[in-house]
Amino acid sequence: MKPKSRPLALTLLAFSLLLPAAHAGAAEAEQPPRQKWSFSGPFGLFDRAQLQRGLKVYREVCQTCHGLTRVAFRNLAEPGGPGFTTAQAAAIAAEYRIKDGPNDQGEMFERPGRLADYFPAPFPNAQAARVANNGVAPPDLSVIAKARTYERGFPWFLFDIVTQYQEQGPDYIVALLTGYEEPPAGFQLPPGTQYNKYFPGHAIAMPPPLSDGRVEYTDGTPQTVEQYAKDVTAFLVWAAEPHMEARKRIGFQVMVFLIVFAGLLYFVKKKVWSGVPEHA
Amino acid sequence: MSAHSTYQPRSPFMKWLEARLPIAGLIHSSFVAYPTPRNLNYWWTFGGILSFMLAVQIVTGIVLVMHYTPHADLAFSSVEQIMRDVNYGWLLRYLHSNGASMFFIAVYVHIFRGLYYGSYKAPREVLWILGVIIYLLMMATGFLGYTLPWGQMSFWGATVITNFFSAIPGVGESIVTWLWGGYAVGNPTLQRFFSLHYLLPFVIAGVVVLHIWALHVVGQNNPTGVEPKSSQDTVPFTPYATAKDAFMLVVFCIVYAWFVFYVPNYLGHADNYIEANPGVTPSHIVPEWYYLPFYAILRAIPNKLLGVIALFASILILAFLPWLDTSRVRSAAYRPLYRQFFWVFVAVCLGLGWLGSKPAEGGYVIAARILTAWYFIHFLIIMPLLGLIEKPKPLPNSISEAVLGKSGGAHPSFAAATAASEKRS
Repeated sequence: MKPKSRPLALTLLAFSLLLPAAHAGAAEAEQPPRQKWSFSGPFGLFDRAQLQRGLKVYREVCQTCHGLTRVAFRNLAEPGGPGFTTAQAAAIAAEYRIKDGPNDQGEMFERPGRLADYFPAPFPNAQAARVANNGVAPPDLSVIAKARTYERGFPWFLFDIVTQYQEQGPDYIVALLTGYEEPPAGFQLPPGTQYNKYFPGHAIAMPPPLSDGRVEYTDGTPQTVEQYAKDVTAFLVWAAEPHMEARKRIGFQVMVFLIVFAGLLYFVKKKVWSGVPEHA
Repeated sequence: MSAHSTYQPRSPFMKWLEARLPIAGLIHSSFVAYPTPRNLNYWWTFGGILSFMLAVQIVTGIVLVMHYTPHADLAFSSVEQIMRDVNYGWLLRYLHSNGASMFFIAVYVHIFRGLYYGSYKAPREVLWILGVIIYLLMMATGFLGYTLPWGQMSFWGATVITNFFSAIPGVGESIVTWLWGGYAVGNPTLQRFFSLHYLLPFVIAGVVVLHIWALHVVGQNNPTGVEPKSSQDTVPFTPYATAKDAFMLVVFCIVYAWFVFYVPNYLGHADNYIEANPGVTPSHIVPEWYYLPFYAILRAIPNKLLGVIALFASILILAFLPWLDTSRVRSAAYRPLYRQFFWVFVAVCLGLGWLGSKPAEGGYVIAARILTAWYFIHFLIIMPLLGLIEKPKPLPNSISEAVLGKSGGAHPSFAAATAASEKRS
């Protein structure tokens, strides 16, 4: 683009005029603050203790209304997860009552949970979940960390490819769990909802689930809403992506292989073409 | 493929086979001895990359089908099962879902390379049109595939896209009902989409064979746009093009692996991790990134039928490009005006893509209308007009002259190298 790129210059000018005009039409939403996560980046690993605390928060708070039905108890003892032993995972499973059957008499029955069982759903069906919760069924949390996000906007969404920022989901969840506040003056809150700074539309049916000291931590971690929110979110990220550690580990191996291979091929290509003049 | 094979079988078995089925000779003449212009740059490596991506998609797809259940009640769960319980299922699925995006990145580079260097001009019109057909089939396959995880975006994307056909006057509604297999997108829709998603890649593979056949009849275009005139202008495909293609393919795989292993959900939508729910519409329905420019064109037109027509016209217009471009010079390297309009066109396509991801309101719509108008003006007015008013730069007499300067190509070591490789083959 050396000589006379007038049409190009004109287009760029047109774009620079158009884009802000286009932008003005879009409503700006509050962006969740960035959190520091142990699992972010190419070598990110889950913090085992954090996942165990997160499970505790899930079991003592969220579980009443939210299912985790795609996660099995055996997953709790699998590598790359909260790091429970098989016996510990079995003990957790045994604390649940699982509906099984039919037995030889043709009847359904309840029995203690086993490793192969999945976290039971809190409600027998979506209708029951709705009627018990003001008409809004609480979503299952198994993949919620991947099912929520917020818009990054231009040009940040392009930088995210390089910086590997992909924790929009968890950042949003932490913001949501800690984002309850008094509605601004003049905001009409529909009955049965709370005001949340980060929830789209702000009127959320879920009452503030966390409060300071609600879940007891035995390892000295502060028992604050902020901490609970981070811990349960980290746990939900693992629940949504249980093989993340393996993915990043294999990814690094693949990258090293590909980069070395590409380097070697570059020299092969150079050698092959060395006989052809004006080429390297 | 058409050239007479210079392949000489050595072993008795290959002699026996070659006399009955000259397949080794066919492969040899197509991928070994095949003369390629010596001045091809790295933009010419994307054809090989595309063949590789097609193979990756077919192989990962076949394994995924072994674990996937095409049923409205089970599809979402079976995909989660693949992600969690199938050995390396997460890898297969991320390779396949990101592979679709990589396939489209490569095809866009390939198409824009063709636009820049005039690869669609005589005698390569049929080659180009076959390429447009492959692109259309890819779009159909990508769309059908995105429906299969049966998430919210799958469901609503399928609803929106199939609804295009309802714009057809009179029979539109009936056609949509027929496509859906019911009165809404549902299990019959999912099952037929799955069937077609498995079928179309093999159709693509078939058209790719025709595409390569046509390529080998007319030969490759090159950055000068001047046809090779002597053996000085070409090098044998193997080892020259193979070495170059292999290097670039691995570089491309680094990008691919970056997405698969580090940001596997970047190119997807968070909403697609929510199971399809006909009762809840997502706040805004956005197709996959590779359709966004066309989605912007569709929504730029206030009338539904005209919008759908514009959408299809924006792709089909590519097939007429060999006759819309009136310039006798192929390569933009020698077309000072076209070269600038080419980059304007690239900017317009990127702009349309960005607008396609935005809600259709306010300034976005106005911008989309301007860019849509430009998209068609580029093909219908600028391309025919440029050939008439533009003063192209003087073309080199041959590729060798362009590469080596006026002195010509008599470079002793290179002549020896070509002669040696020709003798070898």
